[in-house]
Amino acid sequence: MTTTSTDHRADQDAAGSGGLRLLDVTLTLGDGDTAVTALDHVDLSVAPGEFVAVVGPSGSGKSSLLAVAGGLQRPTAGTVHVAGAELTALRDKERTATRRRHVGFVFQQSNLLASLTVREQLLLPLHIDGRLDNAARARAGELIEAVGLAHRAGSRPHQLSGGERQRAGLARALMTSPAVLLVDEPTSALDRVRSAEAVRLIAEQTREHRTATVMVTHDTAIMDAADRVHEMVDGRLS
Amino acid sequence: MFLALRDLRFARGRFALMGAVVALIAVLGVLLSGLASGLADAGISGLRALPVTHLAFDEKATSEQFSRSTVEQEDWETWSEVQGVERAEPFGNTLANAQVTQGAEKGEQVNLAVFGVEPGSPMAPSPSSGEGLADGGAGIVITQEIADLGVSVGDELTADKSEVRLKVVGLVDETISYGHIGVAYADLDTWRHLHYGLPGDLPEAAKRQATAVALTLEPGADVAAAEKATATRADTKETSFGASPGYTAESSTMALIKGFLYAISALVVGAFFTVWTVQRKAEIALLKALGAPTGYILRDALAQVVAVLVGATALGTAVGLALGSAMIGKAPFSLSAPAIATSSGLLIGLGTVGAVVAVRRITAVDPLTALGASR
Repeated sequence: MTTTSTDHRADQDAAGSGGLRLLDVTLTLGDGDTAVTALDHVDLSVAPGEFVAVVGPSGSGKSSLLAVAGGLQRPTAGTVHVAGAELTALRDKERTATRRRHVGFVFQQSNLLASLTVREQLLLPLHIDGRLDNAARARAGELIEAVGLAHRAGSRPHQLSGGERQRAGLARALMTSPAVLLVDEPTSALDRVRSAEAVRLIAEQTREHRTATVMVTHDTAIMDAADRVHEMVDGRLS
Repeated sequence: MFLALRDLRFARGRFALMGAVVALIAVLGVLLSGLASGLADAGISGLRALPVTHLAFDEKATSEQFSRSTVEQEDWETWSEVQGVERAEPFGNTLANAQVTQGAEKGEQVNLAVFGVEPGSPMAPSPSSGEGLADGGAGIVITQEIADLGVSVGDELTADKSEVRLKVVGLVDETISYGHIGVAYADLDTWRHLHYGLPGDLPEAAKRQATAVALTLEPGADVAAAEKATATRADTKETSFGASPGYTAESSTMALIKGFLYAISALVVGAFFTVWTVQRKAEIALLKALGAPTGYILRDALAQVVAVLVGATALGTAVGLALGSAMIGKAPFSLSAPAIATSSGLLIGLGTVGAVVAVRRITAVDPLTALGASR
């Protein structure tokens, strides 16, 4: 991929095929008698700027959906497109690079690195990609501001509250201007008020940054902010 | 090093503990190296100082040649005529006891490692004070270790058994020893008296004998033919060190201790980084999920390993050098730059090997574990 991610996304927007597209995706885990169908012929399209929530009980395949959509796991069958690239056709190395440049993950309980300050958490993805420059530093400052952590930029994870960690994780996911934002149980460590705030922020950032956002959760109280809600049961998406 | 440096700072207590172990091992490494060089100096510095390339011993003497070998005048004459032999001359080696009979320390017992050499030859010492050896004078040139016992130029020693009176004519102010005893140079006849413990006139046979033929060989010298003709075996000077008393045992003991030390260090470093990597498993999964190639994480981890090892080794080596400098003169101890560089290099190198084995498990971490509640 020689174009920068923003250019690339603009191209894809124009072509109407950006964002995230899963076509007839099946994921079978294990084999023989112990085989489990985690994803069962799943189709899902999310346009840039669209916020989709997937709800379902634990074990319904929600995490598998994120793993496959973000290229962490290869589906058994079907295709996954991220920002116009067919993820399922790429070799491991290219898949990792695509994930690095076009996919933003917000993990459960935010998953920050213990030794880094909030600002450094944000710079890390660009350092990994070899693009840590002044523009990146400026962008980190803006995103920290946008998620309301300006006063916490120099703090390390153990000094932050659950909500602050979640916001830092969201800001980090947005650092690479990803085409796809994948959010895993963002409210699992938060109370009701903070949950609502966190999801509102995700919705806001989805529109602001035109990401194709998929949020999986078992918390039905937070779905209002989403443009669309899908339910997942036994690997099937409705 | 983006993450490695920040982890070092964040977990500095743990890294400081491990670094302290490596630093202490480096201190021990420097001290052992110093002791090994010091023991080697005490054992064979006299041989090392000989201006020759080889020593030819009686082929019947297969161990401890310096006390067992005897060569004859014909041997060094034959050797000196061989193609490619620049010089061949007799060399006598014996340990002798003597008493100071004239001088400040009168009555004092001294041990001498007596090197019998041809006066005026390149083998003869160049004294820093007094005079050199002369034929038939029963004079000896002592070295610093004997001077440290209070013997000085002008004193007279009397050898035990042979009762030969030895006039101290010169001093070489360097510490030159053999078998942990200070070297004294004597002309060959004096050496023969001391070696055989004979007073008065020497028997004819003894007048023609020495311990070994000291050889200066050019490359391509016809050694095999000369060995055959003289029934001797030519060893390089370095090989002959092993024939001096205790040298092989001392150097192999030191090598064994050092070997264990490096192995322990590599294991400690390996164990630390194994635990560290296991603790970091969730973070490594996260890095991979964020799209970090395994190579990026490995490079970061290895840079951290090398930074810790180099820092700790440098610190330990500095402390070792300070302690070692204080030991010089009080123990058989000498600091040699190549030995210390080798010791430090091995510590860093083997530590890195230990750590590489540990951080290799980074490759096996599954980024998938960053998802879900399993962290």
